[in-house]
Amino acid sequence: MFGYYLDLALRSLKRNKVLTALMVLAIAVGIGACMTTFTVLHVLSGDPLPGRSSALYYPQIDPQDASGMMPGTMPPLQVTLIDGMNLLRARRADRQALMTGGAVPIHPDSSSLDPFYVEARYTTADFFAMFEAPFLYGHGWTGADDEAHARDVVITRKLDEKLFKGADSTGRTLRVGGSTFRIVGVLDSWRPNPHFYDLTTGSYNYYDEVFIPLQTALELHYDHNGSNDCWGNGTGGAGGIYPSATCVWLQYWVELDTPAKAAAYTQYLVHYSEEQKALGRFERSPNVRLDNLMQWLDYNGVVPSDVRLQAWLALGFLLVCLVNTVGLMLAKFLRRSGELSVRRALGASKRALFAQLLTESAVVGLAGGVGGLLLALLGLWLVRHRSSDYAALAHLDPVMLLATFALAIGASLLAGILPAWRASKVAPALQLKSN
Amino acid sequence: MQIQPIVAALRHHKAGTVLIALQIALTLAIVCNALFIIHQRVAHLSEPTGVDEANLFVIVNQWADQSSGEQIDAQMQADLAALRQLPAVRDATASNAYPLLGGGWDDLIMMKPDQVQKTTDASVYFGDQHFIDTLGVKLIAGRNFRADEIAPMKPRDSSTPPVVIVTKALADKLYPDGSALGKSFYAMSATPTTIIGIVARMQRAEVDTWSRDYAYQALIWPRRMDSSFGTFYIVRAKPGELAAAMHEAPKALYAQSRLRIIDPKDGVLSFAEIRHRAYDSDRGTAILMGIICAVLLVITGAGIIGLTSFWVGQRRKQIGIRRALGATRRDILRYFQTENLLIAGAGVALGAVLAVGLNLWMMQQLAMDRMPLLYVLAGVVALLLLGQGAVFAPARRASRVSPVEATRSV
Repeated sequence: MFGYYLDLALRSLKRNKVLTALMVLAIAVGIGACMTTFTVLHVLSGDPLPGRSSALYYPQIDPQDASGMMPGTMPPLQVTLIDGMNLLRARRADRQALMTGGAVPIHPDSSSLDPFYVEARYTTADFFAMFEAPFLYGHGWTGADDEAHARDVVITRKLDEKLFKGADSTGRTLRVGGSTFRIVGVLDSWRPNPHFYDLTTGSYNYYDEVFIPLQTALELHYDHNGSNDCWGNGTGGAGGIYPSATCVWLQYWVELDTPAKAAAYTQYLVHYSEEQKALGRFERSPNVRLDNLMQWLDYNGVVPSDVRLQAWLALGFLLVCLVNTVGLMLAKFLRRSGELSVRRALGASKRALFAQLLTESAVVGLAGGVGGLLLALLGLWLVRHRSSDYAALAHLDPVMLLATFALAIGASLLAGILPAWRASKVAPALQLKSN
Repeated sequence: MQIQPIVAALRHHKAGTVLIALQIALTLAIVCNALFIIHQRVAHLSEPTGVDEANLFVIVNQWADQSSGEQIDAQMQADLAALRQLPAVRDATASNAYPLLGGGWDDLIMMKPDQVQKTTDASVYFGDQHFIDTLGVKLIAGRNFRADEIAPMKPRDSSTPPVVIVTKALADKLYPDGSALGKSFYAMSATPTTIIGIVARMQRAEVDTWSRDYAYQALIWPRRMDSSFGTFYIVRAKPGELAAAMHEAPKALYAQSRLRIIDPKDGVLSFAEIRHRAYDSDRGTAILMGIICAVLLVITGAGIIGLTSFWVGQRRKQIGIRRALGATRRDILRYFQTENLLIAGAGVALGAVLAVGLNLWMMQQLAMDRMPLLYVLAGVVALLLLGQGAVFAPARRASRVSPVEATRSV
C-alpha cells in the first residue's frame, strides 16, 4: 500500500511543480537555518569531559577586602596564589590541581626551525589524572616534582611531531626560554572544547602545547596569560612579575567522587575562610561556591549569546516556514477534493486517504531534509570562514545529521496532519454530484 | 466596498485564513526584532575609533628569550628609533594595547583614595610622547607628555604615574562641568594622578557589551611596559605608504635583533584587519538576520500568492456569477485586495503584540535593549504592503474571469 501511496504522491507533486518547489524550498531553508545554528550551539555547549565532568568541581572563595562588599556578591572567579597553594597542600579532595596559563618561547635544537611561542599551562601533578589527559608516551610528573621545582615538561603530540617528527621524545630535552627541561610525557591529541579549566585565556579552540610544573614556572618568572582581578591597591603585575597577593589569577580544580564529599568540601571552604578571617587575612565573612564543571561553564555564560540568539531566531524562522507549508498543503489537498472523493466512492477509507496524504507530505519533508542538509553544510562552511574563536569547530556530526532528517520529516508530517485530516473528510457522494 | 460579505466568505475558509494571518503575525514579530538587532549591530560596528585607521598598523612583537627588564627596555627604545627612521613611517610607539584589540588592561577609577564604589572604568594604554601623534588622536586640551615623564614600568613597581592623558569621554565622566584639566583622580592606588592632557576621542581596547557603559573612556600612562612576553608596536605610515611601511617594518626590527618572534601570518596587522576581526561577530549576526528577514518575507509573500491562487481557482464560478450580475473587473480586484487587507490586518495586529513580547523575552534572556515602537510600525506597513503586492497577481487573474463561467457547470 505504501508503494502505491508513494507513486500517487510523486504524481501529485509532479502535477504542480511550482507549488511543490515552494513547499520543499520553505522546509529546506527552515531546516538549513536551524541545523546550522543548532550545530554551532551543540558543539559549543557540549560536555568537554563526558562521564567525568560531574566529579570535577571549581571551588571559589572570597579573599577581597571589606570595601565594596555587598550582600549577594559572588566570590571572585579565580584564586590568589597564597590561597591556591594553601588549598592545594591541604589535600582535602580526591585530587586537586592549581594552574594558570602562559606562553613560552621554544628554541628548537634543529637550526631549520626558528624559535616560536606556544601556549603553556603551569599546573600541578594531579592535572593529568584529574582531567584524564591521554598520554601517548611517558607520564606526568609527581607531587614531589612539584615541590622540588623540577625541570620537567609534558608536551603535546602536535609539538612532538613538530620538534621530534613524532618519535618518543620522553627523556629528551626541551629548551624553553633560557632554561632546559626534560620531557617526561607526550600527550596524545587532547583538545577539550570549551577550554573549560581556564576560561580566561579563551573559551574555544585554545590549546595548550606544553605543561610545566607551576612552581617551576613561577621560579623562572614565566609570563602568565589570562585575567588578573585585583582590589585595594593591587596591581596587575607588568614587567615579568606576578600579580600581588591582592589579585586573583589562578584556577583551582578539585575532584570529588561523591556528592557527600562535595558537601564536605564546601564545609571545608567555609572553615578555611573562617580560619583565614581569624588570622586577619580575609576581611569578609565566608562567601564560597562549589560548582561542578557543567555548572561552572553555565555560570560563566561560556556559550556566546549571539549563538543562542541565532538558534532561537532560526527556530522562529522554521516555525514560519512550517505554517507556510501547512497553508500550501491545505490548498493543494483541498484542490484535489474531486480525485479524493472518487477514491472514497471506490471504497478507500478516510484512514487510507489520510495515510496517502501524509505520505505525500513525508516525501516533501524528505526532499526538504536533503535540501536543508545541503544548506546546513553551506551554512557551516560560511561559519567556519568567520574569525570567531569557535568558528573552526563548526562541523556537522552524525548525531546532528540524523537530527536533520528527523526534524525535516517530523516537521513536514506535522505540517501535513491538519491539511490531510481536512481533505480526508471529503464526502464521496456530494463531490461526485457536483462534478 | 462592503466588508460584510467578505467576512462571511472567509468563514468558509477558516483554516486558510487563520494560517495566513498566523504566518503574517510570526513574520512581523521576527522581522521587526531582526531589523532592530541589525540596526544595533551596524551602529556598533560603525562607531569611529578616533584614530588614523587608514595609515595605522600594529606589529605583534614577542621576545624569543627571557631577558631582564633593562635589556628589554633598551631593545624597545632601539626598535622604536629604527621604526621611526623608516622612510614610509611617520611615527611609532610601543604599547600594551591598541583600540579594538579585544581585551586588555582596565583600571577602576575613584575620585577619592578611600572610595568604596568605583566612579567608572577606564581602558589603560601605555605610551610615550609619540603615542598621540602615532595614533592620530587629537589633543584638545592641555599638553602631550614630555620625554622626561616617560619611564619604563619597573618590576614590582605598583605606584601609578603622577601624570596622565585621558579621553574627553573619561574627563567628562569624572568632571562633568568640563574642568578636568589639571584635576586628579585615583586609579587603584593611594596616590593621585593629575590630568595634563585631554584627547578628543579614542576607542577602548575592547568593545564588548559589558563595557558599553564606559564607551570611549580610556587613559594613557607615560610608561613603556617591559613585559618579557612582548609588546605591540603601533606604527603610523605616511599617507599612501601603508603597504610599504608594513613590508619594511618587520625587516627593520629583525635587523635590530633576531631574538624576537613576529608571526608571519598574524604578526603584522593593518587597522582595517583589526577592525574586521573586532566586529566579526556583529557583522556575522547582522548578515544572518538580514538574510533571514529577506527569505522570510519572500516565503510569506509566496504563501499568500499560493493560497489566494487556490481560492481564486475555487471561486471561479461565484466570480462569474458576480460578473454576470454586473460587478466590474475592478470590483472583483477590490474584493480580493480588501480580503487580503482584512486578513493581513488581523495578522499584523497579533504580530505587533508578538513582536513586543519577543523583544521583552529577549531583554530577559539575551540582554537585549528595548525595541522602539517605530520598528513595529515599519514592520506593520511593510507586511501590509507585502500582502497587497502578493495578492495582486491572483486578484487580477480573478478579475479576468469571464461572466460566461457562471453558466458552465464544471
